[in-house]
Amino acid sequence: MSHKNVTGNTASQADLDAFRELQQLAYRAAGDVADTLEPGVTEREAARRVREHLEERGVQDWFHTPFAWFGDRTAFRGFRTPLQFFPTNRRLEEGMPFILDCAPVRDGYVADIGYSGYLGRNPLHDRLMDDLRAHRRLIVEQVREGRTLQDVYRAVDALVREQGYDNRHQVYPGRVIAHQVGKVESRLPRAVVAGFGIRSLQTLFGDLVVERMHHRSPLWADGDISAHPATPGMWAVEPHIGFRDMGVKFEEILVVTSDDAYWLDDDLPHVNRWARSSPATAGTGKETATA
Amino acid sequence: MSTRPHRYATATDGQRLAVYSAGPTRLPPPPSTDASGAVPPTRLPPPPSTDTSGAVPPTRLPPPPSTDTSGAVPPTRPTLLLVHGYPDNATVWEALVADLAADHHVVTYDVRGAGRSTAPDDRSGYLLDQLADDLRTVADTVSPDRPVHLVGHDWGSIQTWHAVTEPAHAHRFASFTSISGPDLDQAGHWLRKAPDGVRNVLRQAVRSSYIGFFSTPGLPEAAWLSGIGGAALSALERVGGGPRVPAERTVRDYLNGLELYRANMLRRFARPAERRTGVPVQVLAPTHDAFMVDQVQSNAGRWADDFRFHRFKGGHWSVRSHPAPVARRVRAFVREIESGAPRPVRNLTAQQARRHGGAFAGQVAVITGAGSGIGRCLAFELAERGARIVAVDIDAPAAERTAELCSMITPGSGARRVDVTDSDAVNELAAWVRDEYGVPDMVVNNAGIGVAGPFLEAGTEDLKRVVDINLWGVINGVRAFAPMMVESGGGGRIVNTASAAAYLPSRMYGAYSATKAAVLGLSRSLRGELAAQGVSVTAVCPGLVATGIITNARVSGMGEVSRTKDRLNRLYRLRGYTPEKAARRIADAVESDPEIVPVTGEAHIGLALSRLSPAAIRGYARLAPPV
Repeated sequence: MSHKNVTGNTASQADLDAFRELQQLAYRAAGDVADTLEPGVTEREAARRVREHLEERGVQDWFHTPFAWFGDRTAFRGFRTPLQFFPTNRRLEEGMPFILDCAPVRDGYVADIGYSGYLGRNPLHDRLMDDLRAHRRLIVEQVREGRTLQDVYRAVDALVREQGYDNRHQVYPGRVIAHQVGKVESRLPRAVVAGFGIRSLQTLFGDLVVERMHHRSPLWADGDISAHPATPGMWAVEPHIGFRDMGVKFEEILVVTSDDAYWLDDDLPHVNRWARSSPATAGTGKETATA
Repeated sequence: MSTRPHRYATATDGQRLAVYSAGPTRLPPPPSTDASGAVPPTRLPPPPSTDTSGAVPPTRLPPPPSTDTSGAVPPTRPTLLLVHGYPDNATVWEALVADLAADHHVVTYDVRGAGRSTAPDDRSGYLLDQLADDLRTVADTVSPDRPVHLVGHDWGSIQTWHAVTEPAHAHRFASFTSISGPDLDQAGHWLRKAPDGVRNVLRQAVRSSYIGFFSTPGLPEAAWLSGIGGAALSALERVGGGPRVPAERTVRDYLNGLELYRANMLRRFARPAERRTGVPVQVLAPTHDAFMVDQVQSNAGRWADDFRFHRFKGGHWSVRSHPAPVARRVRAFVREIESGAPRPVRNLTAQQARRHGGAFAGQVAVITGAGSGIGRCLAFELAERGARIVAVDIDAPAAERTAELCSMITPGSGARRVDVTDSDAVNELAAWVRDEYGVPDMVVNNAGIGVAGPFLEAGTEDLKRVVDINLWGVINGVRAFAPMMVESGGGGRIVNTASAAAYLPSRMYGAYSATKAAVLGLSRSLRGELAAQGVSVTAVCPGLVATGIITNARVSGMGEVSRTKDRLNRLYRLRGYTPEKAARRIADAVESDPEIVPVTGEAHIGLALSRLSPAAIRGYARLAPPV
């Protein structure tokens, strides 16, 4: 939420609808571009396609411009500096996982999404995608219970470990698994610096300052500053798990109110995928039991 | 040379190849094949047309008459075709034939220029394409309807590689067992690009130095004819041990075969082609091969889709001196292919498929403590390199999870819940592994726990427990598995997880250090004990690897225990050495069977200091870090 209002009002229904609509648009863009990916396409080309796709549909600004990661870059193998997150000239090959991640801004509303795929078929990739399901469930349950963000982070970490994978969101700057998002209301020009829109950064930094004064953080990680329950508002949550050369993630908005938490939208590619694979059970009970 | 019954197959260029069959039905003695007595020292002229198979058309032989052996072989008996190397002839296979003929139709032949076969006049007659053609001709002769199983040794293996990687021939071959002879093109790539490191390329270059000598004109001939070459060869044949079986070679075997090197080596190494195959291949690498390092042979895993690599104790001519392990592997492989069961399919990403050679492909690795930490990551790492994993842990669901993920990379992994402190349970595990998988190629005694804090404040129970798991766990594992690894012919590896604490004593972890020092001492001694049996023993000393060992450790006499653990955990995390990285490093290192594998930087530095400056180590032992 915007730093102008830290006391925890939730967005209006109209605002929620607008956020949801943009999130849908972003996921559709990623999905449509993913369908066009063929061997030989570079990360830069893929990112450009996502960007053009969204700009044709009314996106004016970016929280961050699209990222595309191919091959073992989906698991951030060998990442030392933040510059390595930017799209490179690596070419997609048959038998490579990929992730498209973008955060468009339209009319002040923000979406931040992550779309994982694989060129070809690999049962292991399917398995990783399926195993993300337990994380989506775990996170919302624990936030709902009022656990501190630090605890939720650690619970996710424990589940990742138990599953035999490794936590890759710890590679993101600040080790964040999530960050707060809100409506962008800025007078700054629309400009993108180093991949991030300066208007959105202004909003985020404003939040950072105000939240720090309340000993909280709009960045959700496992440090002591995250030892508080989720601040009401909207959080872009991005659990990112890795197994050897493959990384998979989803990223979507979690709505937190003073007494509840829920995912903004359930009609998303990864959620629909789980519903198709086992419609009966909404989550894997055994795995969530670690919490 | 014995006057064994044989017949001739005519090669595509008119050369005549002597073919020998053995198996459930014996070849009737041919009327007048006895040309062997008159074999001239160098090139044999084409045999007179009065010979048995003189009427055979120049290309493929028709199915032989019903009096002939191959017609009488029941269709259930698979045909094995054995291709000898240099400077041998078909007699090099005698011991193996005697074993395998009990349940196979076994065919050997003299490669052109050797034994009873004729020799081309021109060097171009020894080009690999022609030799692969010969192999196809013989296969079509002895088994026109069914694909044959191939076994090649030395140059015979090189030719066979060339045949199975030739798309026009491949469908005629059901499987290929390669012993001490890589594909020359694949080896050419390996030498130029050094995917297994420059060090291995240099090691191989030393072992291949004779090739340069063979390429000089006249000198090698002089060496063979003077007897110097023979003396050198006889010394090399002793490497690897085993009973001395004198080779039956004639002078022409030594001389004609030199053309193999002169016609092919430079050509293939200078411009190696891309040669792949879908034919199932198993490479059997003797541990004491005087001419070959493991990696130039396991490199074939990059080029063969269905590949496995096993080592066994022996020298370059182990087909003569140690036929039993070879026969056992060939028999098992042929049975597996003949069963018609679908071949296992591995799931690798494009990058994973390129990354590794086949050093662990098709092997079986038993790993204790495989439910978490380094053990689990090592299981994944070895599975990615093609091994089937038996994941052992006291936490059954964790072991099963490890095995499940390993099976998704390389099918066929399993999980067992075993308490390594229970010797009966470990013995049962070993029996189970032998029944289900056969004798394992690798056993990793990795299960261990951490104990920290002042020794005098540690409880008796804690001390007993750490000794039981860390030391007795390794002892039990070694006692259960080492005998079967020795008995099956060697070539296996035992890897014991010790610790940098084994040589870095400290007031912080006296009990832990004691157990790990014991493991290190045991490993080094055992390494000496088993060296003669061809089983290697390696001790791994990880150092600070972020595995969660602290979370599960017992900390004695430190008051606020959880606070100490938090600090230690943070230290491990800040160190940032992941178990994935450790596993990769261990798998890379174990390939060359070192005595000790220090993993992290501090483990390396500690090992160096413990040797160079014991005083520094004494000082370290007194330090009390602020944790």
